[in-house]
Amino acid sequence: MTIPDDRRYNKSHEWAREEDGVVTVGITDYAQDQLGDVVFVELPATGKTVRAGDAVAVVESVKTASDIYAPVGGEVVGVNAALETRPELINEFPYGEGWLFRIRPGAGAKLSGLLDAAAYRSVTEEDS
Amino acid sequence: MSLRDIVGPMKRTPLYQAHLELDARMVGFSGWEMPLQYPTGINEEHLAVRQGVGVFDVSHMGELSITGPGAVEFLRFAALNDAGRLRPARAQYSMLPNDRGGLVDDVYIYRLGEGDFFMVCNAGGRDEVVRHLVRLATEYDCEVVDRSEEWALLALQGPGSAVLLERQASTDLTDLRKNGLRDLELFGRPVRLARTGYTGEDGFEIFMQASDVEAVWRGITGAGATPCGLGARDTLRLEAGYALFGSDLTAQTNPLCTPFKWVVKDKDFYGRERIWGAACARKLVGLKLNQRGVARHGYRLYQGQQEIGEISSGTISPVTREGIAMGWLERQFATPGQAISVEIRGQKVPATVVELPFIEG
Repeated sequence: MTIPDDRRYNKSHEWAREEDGVVTVGITDYAQDQLGDVVFVELPATGKTVRAGDAVAVVESVKTASDIYAPVGGEVVGVNAALETRPELINEFPYGEGWLFRIRPGAGAKLSGLLDAAAYRSVTEEDS
Repeated sequence: MSLRDIVGPMKRTPLYQAHLELDARMVGFSGWEMPLQYPTGINEEHLAVRQGVGVFDVSHMGELSITGPGAVEFLRFAALNDAGRLRPARAQYSMLPNDRGGLVDDVYIYRLGEGDFFMVCNAGGRDEVVRHLVRLATEYDCEVVDRSEEWALLALQGPGSAVLLERQASTDLTDLRKNGLRDLELFGRPVRLARTGYTGEDGFEIFMQASDVEAVWRGITGAGATPCGLGARDTLRLEAGYALFGSDLTAQTNPLCTPFKWVVKDKDFYGRERIWGAACARKLVGLKLNQRGVARHGYRLYQGQQEIGEISSGTISPVTREGIAMGWLERQFATPGQAISVEIRGQKVPATVVELPFIEG
């Protein structure tokens, strides 16, 4: 299971990567593997203000629907429209083309409360 | 489908180790530990059956023999379809009525000879089916025996199924028609083929002694059939418009209120007054979402603000990529073309009542 160390992780299996003041969010390789084939994604509206921990998106596999939580508070400034027609990108490229949405963190909001790759790996090991 | 329907220690089929070797993801289903999917994934397993050939371990299903001079009369009474119309080496879909206007289970009935039948029932209903039939059979000159532990069952499904079997068994299956039965030898083991299935494709269900199933499974997968799990079995049966007992059909379902009312033949049968006389407040229908989404079991159906029904099972069709479902809908809305909505996470998503099946097999 890949866990790149260029980003941070939530215990609820989202990843967050900050670049030029914008945080891109997706789900981890471990999460997509547990879900199985993703068939539908519900994304937040661009411009929406979210708090850290809010359920802002839903990823549905054949098996189940899973809430995706915002790892940081702020404004949603982009969503991955490609997922509407190709939700399987989440299975194929969870850390790349399968990203979900982008948040511009509000004043003072930081990713520092999230896990690093090593800490997240131990979360997945406890799980299985 | 309630895949997490885990109660007590789970049973395993003789292929449990073979599934683990293939790295299957195992889940609890009706008290059995079964493969949900293999690393191939549900969508690819589904498409393998639509376009090529897939094989399912369905040894969790229950098998019963019903034998004796009174077997025909018994089955005509205990089941809704007419087993008396079955010729030997033929099979039919049927249902077992209870005495409360509903169902004990839906089943397949196979006729081997004059007073020689067997039946396949759902894994979850097996114990109740056996108890129920044994009790009803006391009035008839026949014997009902649970053979589930002795028999194993594989389903080989898809347009490539016949060619695979013909090559491996050196036989010609052209005149084995849908719902026909034939005994033959496959990978050196005696098996009973039935040209039946639960996917909407051509295919075969293969009955054999439990001790022979591993050799047959290895032979079939070695010959190129894709191992498929319960996940693909569910998406395939839903596209094909087949009901799942426990989700779409329950102990309270009057079969005359479903698209499967053709099963109910006008004859004397157990609980007839309660089924024949009842009005259908709701009917079971096919539904398509007008936009992408997944309508899952238990989601509510609306006409405006008025609640008019409930989803009984739903998925996204791996073939058409549309949201498809079955649901129970108040009678006056249960007409193909009717516009309704499904409540998905608080949003009303537009949907349309459609004819089953969703795809042509």
